[in-house]
Amino acid sequence: MSETSAKKNKLDLFFHLVFLVAGASGVIILGLIFAFLVMESLPIFNVVSVKDFILGLDWYPTYLPADYGILPLIVGSACVVALATLIAIPLGIGTAFYLAEIAHPRTRAMIKPVIELIEGLPTVVIGFFGMVVVAPYLQRTFNLTTGLNMFNAGIMLSFMAVPTIASIAEDAIYSVPVHVREGSLALGASQWETLYRVVFPAALSGISTAVILGIARALGETMVVLMVAGGAAMIPESIFDPVRPMPANIAAEMGNAAFRSDHYHALFAIGLVLFVITFLFNMLATWIANRHKQVGAASL
Amino acid sequence: MKRAVLLAMIGIMTCCVGAGSALATTLNINGSTTVLPIAQKVGEAYSKAHPEVNVTIAGTGSGNGIKAVIDGMTDIGMSSRWIREGEVKLAFENGKYVVPFAVALDAIIPVVHPDNPVSDLTLEQLRGIYNGKISNWKEVGGPDRRIASISRDSSSGTYGVWVDTVLKGDRIGPRSQLLPSNGAIVQAVSNNPFAIGYVGIGYLRDGLKPLSIGGVAPSYENAQSGAFPVSRTLWMFTDNWPDGERLRFINFLLHPQKGQPLVKESGYVPLY
Repeated sequence: MSETSAKKNKLDLFFHLVFLVAGASGVIILGLIFAFLVMESLPIFNVVSVKDFILGLDWYPTYLPADYGILPLIVGSACVVALATLIAIPLGIGTAFYLAEIAHPRTRAMIKPVIELIEGLPTVVIGFFGMVVVAPYLQRTFNLTTGLNMFNAGIMLSFMAVPTIASIAEDAIYSVPVHVREGSLALGASQWETLYRVVFPAALSGISTAVILGIARALGETMVVLMVAGGAAMIPESIFDPVRPMPANIAAEMGNAAFRSDHYHALFAIGLVLFVITFLFNMLATWIANRHKQVGAASL
Repeated sequence: MKRAVLLAMIGIMTCCVGAGSALATTLNINGSTTVLPIAQKVGEAYSKAHPEVNVTIAGTGSGNGIKAVIDGMTDIGMSSRWIREGEVKLAFENGKYVVPFAVALDAIIPVVHPDNPVSDLTLEQLRGIYNGKISNWKEVGGPDRRIASISRDSSSGTYGVWVDTVLKGDRIGPRSQLLPSNGAIVQAVSNNPFAIGYVGIGYLRDGLKPLSIGGVAPSYENAQSGAFPVSRTLWMFTDNWPDGERLRFINFLLHPQKGQPLVKESGYVPLY
């Protein structure tokens, strides 16, 4: 009797360890990546101060003397992502509400897989579309200097973020229990009031997760911005100016940077900045989600 | 450096797997990724002509190619630039004598949209367009429109030639757009009436209007004669004067009917 229980305990302990390792691996890998980023980027700050790096206006890493100012790249990333978010949030959340609340189940069963399929589109295909179709169209329509610009990149990125936002937000809205809605309708609220006052707050934590994941996808996206953002390392004056977001810059220049050179370390430092921004974004998302968290049956 | 070594290893391994017989002679070629397409085309033809020879080719960069020759790690090194003083010194210290062979020319042609009335620019005007001093087409005889100047990313050899010969060391203007490949520049310029870009001569096609520079037309003849200003020589290096298989390969590559037509096929200018 006690032997079997000891065996059981051992088995339990074994699986406890297996799952602990599995669970911890994510954290450990993240920690290692962060440590690697920090280690590879620190040497650049012997050459340029943190302030000049973040706020410097000139990015000329291959010239002598070199300048390592990444403000144009940060602003480029921020503008492109802000524009993409502006387009993707209403579209994504609108799609989510339509699918979860309004669409006939059969329509939903048809549209949802299509949206998820769009999410799986290779980004290089989206970039190619932006370059060959959207860029000439934008240029002709708005009579621009170049169709490869911030606006084009924003549209293409929102194209990628909408499915992410729609699909996760839809799950969140769908999982709000029916009795919450029925309660609201029974109290005399209209369908719109129920949607806006009851379902939306109940699903808010899930919806903000959806939005943040959409933004994070847009922020880290490399291929699309490399192909359609235009690649000029300058602070844009209009939404039709070309910009060079951080990931595009890293991708374009990493092949050339000599191993452990200043340029190489500077590119890693850009990666670190990108990492920190994404991290802060996730913290913000968690904070918002916790503040608006519904307790009880509606919580995700 | 690590990445380069890895690339070289992958290159060598792929070629080894392809090789059937263990007794075959191998010829190692290593170095510049700019020269790589030539080596690949010619290497393929050479293997076909001499099936007993395994040609293994790896693109690791010009510096690594020259270093491999000095270290005796490769039979032939490829480089898109001339050997540097430090490298010559290192070669002498290692008791090596490095012999250069010009194998092809690389001409970089400024291109605009066919609708653009401009057909000739001086080197000085090109310099102004790319360093940002000239920003409107009307300053160089075109319409009153802002110029969209398009450049390659700083990791390309094409960009290096452009900075050296056109910008003469000036910084490229911040409004200049960066695109990651010759193909992307072809796309962008052929779709934009106000754009100017530059591509290797092998990338000229319909939908692009090549510009002459200071009256010199962008042709293979002018690139060969040296009249066209934006060009460079592509090199291969050997340790000492080549013999045996190395000599046979270099002769094949420089042969006006065998190797040189393949140079043109790879997008570069043959020597003759």
